[in-house]
Amino acid sequence: MRVGFFVTCLVDLMRPSIGFAAIKLLEAGGADVVVPPSQTCCGQACYNSGDRADTIALAKKVVAEFEDCDYLVAPSGSCSGMIRTHYGELFADEPAWSARAARVAAKTYELTDFLANVLKVERVPGDYRGTVTYHDCCAGLREMGVKAQPRALLARMDGVRISEMADAETCCGFGGTFAVKLGEISARIVDDKCRHIVTSGADAVVLGDLGCMLNIEGRLRRRGDATQVLHVAEVLSGVIPDRF
Amino acid sequence: MEVASMHFRERAHEKLHDAQLQASLAKFQGKFVPARKTAITELDDFEGTRDAAAAIRQRVLDDLDVWLTIFDENARARGAIVLYAQTPAEINDLVLEIAQRHGVRKIIKSKSMVSEESALDHAIEAAGLTVVETDLGEYILQINDYEPPSHLIGPALHKSREEVATLFAARHGTPRKDAIDELCLEARAVLREHYLTADMGISGGNFFVAETGSVVLVTNEGNATLATTLPKVHVAISGIEKVVPTLEDVATLMRLLPRSATGQSISNYVDILTGAKEPGEIHGVEHMYFIVVDSGRSDVLASDVRQALRCIRCGACMNHCPVYQTIGGHAYGWVYPGPIGSVLTPMYVGLEKALDLPFASTMCNQCGVVCPVKIPLPDLMRKLRETEFRRNLRPWHERFALKTWGWLARRPRLYGAATSLGVRMLRMLGHGDGMILKLPFGAGWTDERDMPAPAARTFREQYQARAQIKEAK
Repeated sequence: MRVGFFVTCLVDLMRPSIGFAAIKLLEAGGADVVVPPSQTCCGQACYNSGDRADTIALAKKVVAEFEDCDYLVAPSGSCSGMIRTHYGELFADEPAWSARAARVAAKTYELTDFLANVLKVERVPGDYRGTVTYHDCCAGLREMGVKAQPRALLARMDGVRISEMADAETCCGFGGTFAVKLGEISARIVDDKCRHIVTSGADAVVLGDLGCMLNIEGRLRRRGDATQVLHVAEVLSGVIPDRF
Repeated sequence: MEVASMHFRERAHEKLHDAQLQASLAKFQGKFVPARKTAITELDDFEGTRDAAAAIRQRVLDDLDVWLTIFDENARARGAIVLYAQTPAEINDLVLEIAQRHGVRKIIKSKSMVSEESALDHAIEAAGLTVVETDLGEYILQINDYEPPSHLIGPALHKSREEVATLFAARHGTPRKDAIDELCLEARAVLREHYLTADMGISGGNFFVAETGSVVLVTNEGNATLATTLPKVHVAISGIEKVVPTLEDVATLMRLLPRSATGQSISNYVDILTGAKEPGEIHGVEHMYFIVVDSGRSDVLASDVRQALRCIRCGACMNHCPVYQTIGGHAYGWVYPGPIGSVLTPMYVGLEKALDLPFASTMCNQCGVVCPVKIPLPDLMRKLRETEFRRNLRPWHERFALKTWGWLARRPRLYGAATSLGVRMLRMLGHGDGMILKLPFGAGWTDERDMPAPAARTFREQYQARAQIKEAK
């Protein structure tokens, strides 16, 4: 099984350990992982900012890079959601590309969904010990149906206890460029999220999207709170960066 | 209503620091959202009902001219007079003409958001007539010097009980009352007088029913029933998009409207009003008018955001919106707040006057999944963002940044070089704990939160290095 790994631009630039953690999990689950070297960005930033021309160009690039793979897997509900649920709409006027994009979209998965439902992994290599609370990132939850999968995988780890926070499904306020454009509103929304995280009493908040992680970690630290912020791939794989 | 949507950012800032409003919003949060969650479990097939409701509304929009014609014919056949307003000003002109024709001095109103679009109350008062709002929320706002509504169905939910108590004591000249039921009774006593002395009642219209020529009113206070039956003239004002084919369609939509709005299985009152009183009939008004309003709606119908016209004004999108929950409705600067307002306001008042609204969303799509008629609100906001980008309405630095990113991301080698340099520079801004406290060009982020600094090398660099080591082995 040839699994094309889409690392996502944010993981590439800001926290590469998530990429290696995800590859470790996929390989442990029996996948033959390929990482197309020319990959960059899925186009979501351009898409949500109204720059359709650049979005289409980047979407074509992703489609061409991954159409030879059996699957496309990304450690992000947001980027996999972009590919699976939005690429189709971009090519309404280009039937040939529309068909190619649809084929890639159909085999695109968010990481935990792929691990739980395609690879059906029974055991995960991580050895994290502690209480975690899980934040449901918006696109993963509402575009990719990611809710039970990460919790089921975490539940297979002996040392992990899950303590659910209030309003786990409520947006953290990141919203891509929203966090900068309307930063004051965004900061207030993430402050509520941080409150719920702290109240859960967890040692770490675990989630599946780096954008939301940067937002939550940034606000937690500004509040003077040391709760760990970990990607679900990091916890499941045991590949946790040194900073913590 | 005067448009203030161009000041969204400043108004949001103000609202974030309004302690009273924040307290009201926090209280409101515990009400409609959990109530809806419980109420929708009463339906055996909630998602199927949503599909049916969306299909009904879309069917109307697909042949709106036909359904309007059928409505028009049936309403006239039952003795009503059907008038059309192209612009907000025409709504006011028509109302004043009707008032003059019937020698009206005092008008009572039940809730109508469309009449907020045209600031109808001000026009009525300017013509020397009296107008009294009878929806409790709208009444509170009216006696507070016409404060604008902040929510579709709870126009005064930004106000606290204490504020209302103070307002009532001052305006009614009565001793201050603090209990909610006492305040309600006081408003009721004041309003009763007006019901009995008004010459004309104005209502909105939740639905115009094509097969019967009726208007459907969904309320909780009973005020609409009184306002549309006691005076001799009733004028129902609503948008062209509010027509639905049959009463059976209304029944389907009513399974969702109160549940999505307040979490009620059914509202306290549902009025279906058809035509004027005919000779020999006991009930009904002597003269019934419909004012069917376009005011930008046919432009929406012709646009790429036409699905917004499916809206049945339940308010679920704003109740569930993290942005609305944080800043309330006034920041949006016009009649319709929240996600649906972020689509409709730019369409009705002009995109140039509401540039921030399509961006006033994290695109979390909570609005889209709760909308009872399945309006894809984030997709529609994105369409407006595309229009802004295409029409050069975005700031130059934003366009430049996007274009640069798009250009770079298409060139993997250059992208690799630029990003590896970029992360090294960004990393240097980080403190000992790995946090960046101030981002150049990113004050919006770092004013109130840190930015975790990146690792020393990008994934691409590290992956390549590992691959080379593997090969060497």
